[in-house]
Amino acid sequence: MSAPTRDKGNTVVLHVAESTAEMPAAAEPYTPPKTVTAEGVRPYPGAPAAPREPSLPRRRIANPQSPWSTAYRRLKRNKMAVFGLMFLFAMFLFSFVGPFFSPYTEGRVNVALIHKPPSASHWLGTDDLGRDVLTRLMQAGRISLLVGIVSMVLSVLVGAILGVLAGYYRGLVDHLIMRAADVLMSIPEIPILIVIGAILSDLKISSEYRIYVVMLLIGFLAWPSLARLVRSQILSLRERPFMLAAEALGLRDRRKLRHLLLNAAPTLIVVATLGVARAILSESVLSFLGLGVVPPTPSWGNMLQAANTLIDFQLRPWLWIPPGVAIFLTVIAINLVGDGLRDALDPRTNR
Amino acid sequence: MRQYMTKRILYLIPTLFGASLVIFFIFALAPGDFLDSDLSLTPERAAELRALYGLDRPILERYFIWLGNALKGDFGYSLQYQQPVGALLKEYVWNSFLIASVSLVLTWTIAVAVGVFSAVRQYSWYDSLITLGVFAAMSFPPFFIGLLLIKLFAVDLGWLPIGGMTNTGSQSTGFAYVWEVAEHMILPSTVLTMLSVGSLTRHFRANMIDVIRLDFVRTARAKGLKEKTVVYKHALRNALLPAITLFGLELPGLFSGAIITERIFNWPGVGNMHMEAIAHRDYTVLMGFTLFLTFLTVLGNLLADWLYAVADPRIRYK
Repeated sequence: MSAPTRDKGNTVVLHVAESTAEMPAAAEPYTPPKTVTAEGVRPYPGAPAAPREPSLPRRRIANPQSPWSTAYRRLKRNKMAVFGLMFLFAMFLFSFVGPFFSPYTEGRVNVALIHKPPSASHWLGTDDLGRDVLTRLMQAGRISLLVGIVSMVLSVLVGAILGVLAGYYRGLVDHLIMRAADVLMSIPEIPILIVIGAILSDLKISSEYRIYVVMLLIGFLAWPSLARLVRSQILSLRERPFMLAAEALGLRDRRKLRHLLLNAAPTLIVVATLGVARAILSESVLSFLGLGVVPPTPSWGNMLQAANTLIDFQLRPWLWIPPGVAIFLTVIAINLVGDGLRDALDPRTNR
Repeated sequence: MRQYMTKRILYLIPTLFGASLVIFFIFALAPGDFLDSDLSLTPERAAELRALYGLDRPILERYFIWLGNALKGDFGYSLQYQQPVGALLKEYVWNSFLIASVSLVLTWTIAVAVGVFSAVRQYSWYDSLITLGVFAAMSFPPFFIGLLLIKLFAVDLGWLPIGGMTNTGSQSTGFAYVWEVAEHMILPSTVLTMLSVGSLTRHFRANMIDVIRLDFVRTARAKGLKEKTVVYKHALRNALLPAITLFGLELPGLFSGAIITERIFNWPGVGNMHMEAIAHRDYTVLMGFTLFLTFLTVLGNLLADWLYAVADPRIRYK
């Protein structure tokens, strides 16, 4: 937790050449020639490049792959990323489809079944109200994954819009947005998250609405670093010749912004993926402290609260180890996929 | 350079001012205060105390009083501990510093060694193993790993104490005391190290891979230097350069405490104090502490920039 600021240092800069139909002429020279042509002709990496037809001029026809499909192929080759992706898919099935196959979905309180260790009928045992832990783990997964994704979408939306505004219009807008980002980034995240969580508890918001508030909170606190990243991307992209061409063609602001955003998309995708992992971790910390998603709504974080009771902690590990492992594995899978995407979308890593 | 730093320092003023505004209003808007949680107070007595503490004044006035005092180094008076917040920080900050510094040394040593080692053997099975380990370290939910270690080493095996800094009611002095504290800090500093070693290792590995491809490394090899000299003397030095920025960012972290880890291990540091203060709605402590953290963060960023310019003469700021 000590390094929320660390990623400020190594900003990821990825470039994918624009391949929209409107301006192939402008985009063409800046398609990284090595990547696309070599990748297009070679049957597998490391194979000797087949000699190009000398008669064929270097055009888009000679290069049927879009940067996106190149990226997809690279991602497929990354074993760890594929594994992560498969795991995430399984996790989604487990959380969203799993409960339909469980006989204990209603989560009825059953006094006779309190604190039973794992057995054939309850694979992960039962909790303090006699509910099936495995079923609750699935239902909690829904909430935790949902919170992670929605807060990421929120922060990406806010961050990208503000970042584009700042980078594109510069001047006063830029100053205002970036100073606000500076201020928010200088306040450490965890303390402020905890404090706002505590305030929310005082406001006595009901359990169902709490989830949405937690999403908003985590999403809102993540936008400054994103805005900064997008802004720096836009600043470098707008100096590139394809933007000069867009300028010369007299395109409207909306069209120019579209080009900018499309080119910033690879970076955004990577950051957004990693953002889900961060949001899931933040949610689990908050809920573990009793300040995020609160029971009866289950989340992986608040299931771990069982560990706060000494006797549950020492003698009933089935109550708190499974949700912890679930968080850990999900976050690791997301990180692997994010890293794979970073490699796949970056033309410079030419393996 | 001097001009750049002056500009940076001047920029700090609006940033800190904005941050203080945000911090204050978050707390001011919070419902309930310390007096509300004391049910033994009669309404009249509570009103009297509110007037005494200045809690009944308009919010903007309270902000400026608070800010003015904070500028003079007076962060207010903790209602729960009945001590000035500054004194409280001073009391707890060294405990945080203790585990943070141990873990900082461990983290950097491990990260440099492992990062460089795996960069030199890029794409080997060893490298993949390290990469996986790094991802694991980056993905631990901070509280879960702490709980797991306590369960394993303190509860099940009984090798190490569960939490705290000394044994309950301990009167030991001298060497026995040092030993006791050392024993108690093994687990928390291990957790802190595990939590931060991942991203740092990754950073060093990436830096090293970048540097090893550069021309001067090839030249060094070409002129017949031993591989060891090439890697550890020529390449490593250059790979360490960007890390100086991180070091600047991390230095203030030594004093900021680790809220979650300290909480789990009940380590009497500033992070733990922070959680106590939340439980008791002791807002003066919380505001003072958050402002303190903000100041440290800002200072860290400044330090990072400055160190980088000092270490690398190629950097020219405008």
